[in-house]
Amino acid sequence: MARIIAGVGSSHVPAIGAALDNGKTEEPYWKRVFSGFEKSKQWMANTKPDVAIVVYNDHASAFSVEMIPTFALGCAAEFPPADEGWGPRPVPTLKGHPALAAHIAQSVILDEFDLTIVNKMEVDHGLTVPMNLLFGTPKEWPCQVIPLAVNVVMYPPPTGHRCYMLGKAIRKAVESYPEDLKVVIFGTGGLSHQISGPRAGLINSKWDKSFLDNLTKDPKKLTRIPHIDYMREAGAEGIEMVMWLIMRGALDDKVDEVYRFYTVPASNTAVGHIILENRHKAANKDKRAHAAKSRQAAARKAAHRIASKGR
Amino acid sequence: MAPAQHDYDDIPGTFVFDAERSRQGYGINMFCMSLMKDENRKAFKANEAEYLKRFNLTPAQTDAILKRDYNRMLELGGNIYFTAKLGATDGHSFQHLAALMTGSSQQEYAAMMLAGGRSVEGNRTRSGKNKPGNSKSKSKSKSSAKRK
Repeated sequence: MARIIAGVGSSHVPAIGAALDNGKTEEPYWKRVFSGFEKSKQWMANTKPDVAIVVYNDHASAFSVEMIPTFALGCAAEFPPADEGWGPRPVPTLKGHPALAAHIAQSVILDEFDLTIVNKMEVDHGLTVPMNLLFGTPKEWPCQVIPLAVNVVMYPPPTGHRCYMLGKAIRKAVESYPEDLKVVIFGTGGLSHQISGPRAGLINSKWDKSFLDNLTKDPKKLTRIPHIDYMREAGAEGIEMVMWLIMRGALDDKVDEVYRFYTVPASNTAVGHIILENRHKAANKDKRAHAAKSRQAAARKAAHRIASKGR
Repeated sequence: MAPAQHDYDDIPGTFVFDAERSRQGYGINMFCMSLMKDENRKAFKANEAEYLKRFNLTPAQTDAILKRDYNRMLELGGNIYFTAKLGATDGHSFQHLAALMTGSSQQEYAAMMLAGGRSVEGNRTRSGKNKPGNSKSKSKSKSSAKRK
């Protein structure tokens, strides 16, 4: 069966993408940011996921104000990078996993999360920047990607609790998918930042640290944070952080924090990054063998049913 | 009918893009979205007031756009991810817009970000309520941000 093995939290600041695309990664300002992801790229290279579910938000690229879906799941075979006004970012087109995405959609909708299904979508920096930070700048992305776009642009975004519970439903969906797949889930956006109005430039490192601490140790506490607290304490656009709770909800209650990085600023934003691993690795083999057995049994039963119907 | 009061109206220097502003600002945001196409950018630049007639804007919205009053655009229902497209059409970096909205020079704004950003201390509330009990002084929190 498919299994979510780890979660990655990462900011998705557009200027990080611009720095990559314009060859500025060695400038001291940007080196400070990129150096924080060196270990993460190593971790990802070792982890070799088959599929990445990337929770992100669109920034007036694929969705304007004509349609504002709260949760939109990318079920397409591929997702080209969007033109955000400077031409599409020079990154490879992302290959989707339509079969797993359709399976997730079907499972979570029956679990009462009414997703929008998107069969044609371009993806902006919200998705491509975290991909670069974790996978570098390869000619082809090394895994398939299922985008989950969350509305955090128009208030109100979904609550933190709703996001966390959606994460749990996604996990259940993934684990009921028969193929053996290693899945990593990304929560992106944040951390504290405000880019609009006279209060633009707001950063709250104390809040960010507490958010990261609780993300690992006490995510349920984070699910009780009301929107007003995010906006007041972490900036109007800091509310993007609710997307990290989808990632967290899809993991075990107890996880190992294997890496964390935090720096201020990248452009107008506090950059936060965390890698959380589930603890069931050792049990994996046994469970897989068990799953294979039960699949065989189910197949035998099905064959029997079909055979008896034919009589 | 008086507009509804929201808890987030108390956050200083902030125009929350809520469903009501999204409704009011539909024209502003669709105008900004149109600037993603080069032919529209050219048409807008050739005659701004004429181009704006294509969108269902109030006189106040039109005025804010023509004057590049970014805070007023936000107040009247513009969203920053959309209005930033207008800034890009004018050839400005995002930091230029941020400096405009905060009433500082771009240099001052950039220096503030490098020093750890705008502190939340003193910037939480208009009314003075809802202050956390353990707030530190402004200078302290700034220096702690700097160290990171």
